[in-house]
Amino acid sequence: LWGRSPTARLPRPPPAAAGSGPVGPGGGRAYAPPAERKRFYQNVSISQGEGGFEINLDHRKLKTPQAKLFTVPSEALAIAVATEWDSQKDTIKFYTMHLTTLCNTALDNPTQRNKTQLIRAAVKFLETDTVCYRVEEPAALAELQKNEWDPVVAWAEKRYNVAIGSSTSILGPNIPASTKETFVSHLASYNMWALQGIEYVITQLKSLILSMGLIDRHITVEKAVLLSRLEEEYQIQRWGNVEWAHDYDLCELRARAAAGTLFVHLCSESSTVKHKLLQD
Amino acid sequence: MAALGSPLRTFRGLLRELRHASGRPYRDTPAYQHIVATFRAHRVTSQKLCRAQQELHFQAATYLCLLRSVREHTALHREYHGKGERSPEEVAGLVGFRLPQQPGGKG
Repeated sequence: LWGRSPTARLPRPPPAAAGSGPVGPGGGRAYAPPAERKRFYQNVSISQGEGGFEINLDHRKLKTPQAKLFTVPSEALAIAVATEWDSQKDTIKFYTMHLTTLCNTALDNPTQRNKTQLIRAAVKFLETDTVCYRVEEPAALAELQKNEWDPVVAWAEKRYNVAIGSSTSILGPNIPASTKETFVSHLASYNMWALQGIEYVITQLKSLILSMGLIDRHITVEKAVLLSRLEEEYQIQRWGNVEWAHDYDLCELRARAAAGTLFVHLCSESSTVKHKLLQD
Repeated sequence: MAALGSPLRTFRGLLRELRHASGRPYRDTPAYQHIVATFRAHRVTSQKLCRAQQELHFQAATYLCLLRSVREHTALHREYHGKGERSPEEVAGLVGFRLPQQPGGKG
């Protein structure tokens, strides 16, 4: 069973897995569970343990891919994760369980990055931030970018008291060092779990500014995703929508951005959070 | 603050999504009980009264977006990507073409 044998370094492919499972040492993906497997539990419940809230699948406690006990600091987050597990029908579709994945990443830290490295990765995105990277043509798209993106850049500049600007150069905008420092120290105020979430949202939306807009509740997920996909939306308006590609990508991006944002907020609330678990 | 619309609408949307997500009676689920209790406790039913309510509403709207998007994505996946290999006729149909009829087979 998934996560059952602590001695195995990789999750063993279950017999009912659809598609290819992990290949094995030296073979392939080391940290990826199989894409789908049969639902093997009846009831999902949460319970409170020493380190936080745990998820129970029937009588079994959920474990991470690295076989650690799955514990989350927030009850609301545990409930949402339990709901993900309970929503699975005949097969468990891991690729739809974004909150579970985020918790696993926070618990296992498979890329083994520390807080400083996460912050650096996040702030680095500013150099190629989507909303700062402008086209010159077609004129209609350039106009759209100006109308839709200028306000959110202006918001970020005001909110954080920094200079960001935008650029049509292939090199992107020239971000002053002081701006980067401001964001570095701002992000340092978040705990490790929340930072994993923030970095995740940034890589999904391809924008630090849009992600901060979400974290600061300045824009909704739907709006952030729209702004992130502005050029795609422009092309869709011009050339037509292809449901199996465009809507598919749109829904997936919305799901991931929503999961990441919710994760950050639930891991940052002081009232619901077990601080012992979140030590950096 | 983000343009969120009416909290009541968000609340109803959440209940609807939970009903879709849950196999059994959704009122028993921890998620349903938590959401109802939270909305009731904070009475997120009127306009901008305090920051905590707005934050809660934003969280609720974000969760609603998550549930809805996952459901829609799964439906699209099932429809377009989950059916194994398509026949040449289906592939042609995806981009609006039809295969020519050739009497006597494909030659």
